[in-house]
Amino acid sequence: MATAAAPSRSFLQVAATEEAVAPPLRVVQMEGLVILKIIKHCTEFSPALVTGQLLGLDVGSVLEVTNCFPFPIREEDEEIEADGANYQLEMMRCLREVNVDNNTVGWYQSTLLGSYQTVELIETFMNYQENIRRCVCIIYDPSKSNQGVLALKALKLSDSFMELYRNNEFNGEKLREKNLSWVDIFEEIPIKVSNSALVSAFMTELEADSPVTQSDYDRIQLSTNPFMERNMEFLIDCMDDLSMEQQKFQFYYRNLSRQQAQQQTWLQKRRAENMARKAAGEEPLPEEDPSNPIFKPLPEPSRLDSYLITNQVSNYCNQINRTSRMVMLIHHILAWLFRPQVSLPRY
Amino acid sequence: MALADQTVLQFFPLSTSLSAKVHPLVIFNICDCFVRRPDQAERVIGTLLGSLLPDGTVDIRNSYVVPHNESSDQVALDIDYHHNMLSSHQKVNPKEVIVGWFSTGFGVTGGSALIHEFYSREVANPVHLTVDTGFTNGEASIKAFVSINLSLGDQQLAAQFQEIPLDLRMVEAERIGFDILKTTAVDKLPTDMEGMEATMERLLALIDDTCKYVDDVVEGHVAPDNTIGRFISDTVSSIPKISPSAFDKLVNDSLQDQLLLLYLSSITRTQLSLAEKLNTAAQIL
Repeated sequence: MATAAAPSRSFLQVAATEEAVAPPLRVVQMEGLVILKIIKHCTEFSPALVTGQLLGLDVGSVLEVTNCFPFPIREEDEEIEADGANYQLEMMRCLREVNVDNNTVGWYQSTLLGSYQTVELIETFMNYQENIRRCVCIIYDPSKSNQGVLALKALKLSDSFMELYRNNEFNGEKLREKNLSWVDIFEEIPIKVSNSALVSAFMTELEADSPVTQSDYDRIQLSTNPFMERNMEFLIDCMDDLSMEQQKFQFYYRNLSRQQAQQQTWLQKRRAENMARKAAGEEPLPEEDPSNPIFKPLPEPSRLDSYLITNQVSNYCNQINRTSRMVMLIHHILAWLFRPQVSLPRY
Repeated sequence: MALADQTVLQFFPLSTSLSAKVHPLVIFNICDCFVRRPDQAERVIGTLLGSLLPDGTVDIRNSYVVPHNESSDQVALDIDYHHNMLSSHQKVNPKEVIVGWFSTGFGVTGGSALIHEFYSREVANPVHLTVDTGFTNGEASIKAFVSINLSLGDQQLAAQFQEIPLDLRMVEAERIGFDILKTTAVDKLPTDMEGMEATMERLLALIDDTCKYVDDVVEGHVAPDNTIGRFISDTVSSIPKISPSAFDKLVNDSLQDQLLLLYLSSITRTQLSLAEKLNTAAQIL
């Protein structure tokens, strides 16, 4: 309201200022329907990796995901690119007609044992970020559901990382400045689940509270060996990649120090020459020579790959950690079942 | 199409061995579509996708709603939309074909017969699923029907909707955990430890119940049931008979393996943080 003292603002100005201040994303709220759809799509096509689009609303600090649709598996073909875009438009149009929220808020993808940190993921994020102010990526791991765990994660890139990536400044200086380490690339956002009252009424009616469910059986099983074996395999592969990256860095540093040594010797020679020329009364030569190849700055290898690999390795380690703790727990219970007088160690 | 006074009969004993199985996703989808329906529509209608299993059961896996207009004497279905959505869905999953259609509301109405006829042109013997979102009779009833044509010679008299058995076991929903799907809001997804805790509690409760039952039978409070008794004895005897030393060795070996994995993963993590410090902390002088 405009008063005599305060300047009046048009609605446009108020709306413009409201746009600038966006509360940070704190929670992703998903509907049970979306979770079921994602699980169905990912499990059907596992072990192939599939993706799909998330639809919903962006409300304050909560990102609501109310529906989703899967993408068909695309072969690498130019004409199918246009088909893919057509499919998306067609689906969005059809869903619009039945009053589904027509807003893209991100995408989901399935992963195999948690190896999802790739450059493609970052590229897709940057692409989405240009069009949508807030987008999120939901990662689902179908192999973990065999162990009775709902492996659903909501990820987004941290802002500082996105700035660095946009400017393509991935070298040691900038990273130290921003104090960005490999844990800061991805931010995990907690997921809340909401269901409409109708659906919850149906579920309550249809499935009586049974004392034990399928997920309970899955959790107590002891045969996690194949899962652990695969995890270890992936871990070893990743460690190999990581050591290759480290070798690249070592190579770079060695070259750099060698180049610097060369520069020093050249500089000293120049200085000696200059002294001689000064004594002889001639013009001193410049102390820099950009055309000399030993002055060419060496390109520093990007640390992005090593960060991503580090992320993956840490993921595998965490998974192995968690699973082995669970299995040890069950073992102890079994042991106690057989011999109740044995005392249980505490972890 | 004008709706003549068609009689719809419902018979409960079945003459066909057809049965249907519904995945929980379909129910969720139908409820969601019902909640989002346009204001003037009383019910929603849509297509069911799925496959026919080798043993004759119809496996209903997916669904989408089709906009329709219904008045007291006319029913109009948006056929183009139906075909568009079908082709879109089939791009993702070519194995899912039309197996029938659904509508919300209790029982089969006159208009349903017309729509069923339309769907029987798309697929042989479509299954009609009714999902009672209005909770008439005070309960959630989901029923499946197939239609048998009653004809006299060449003339078709009526369409007879027979109920077929419906399998509503929600194995996938169980996997997620019903606590997530039953309540209207869950604050956060349970972690591994919390899930394990819940499982252990349930297991304990089961064992307590069984013990109580056995005690009651022994003291004569409850009449003994031989089948339950046999089940209990089967369960107890299924613990394998291993000598304590052999069992200890088994358990210890397995524990050693797990500890090894734990150690390896922790050492890898330490290595990671060291490597990161070295890589970024190196200064060019």
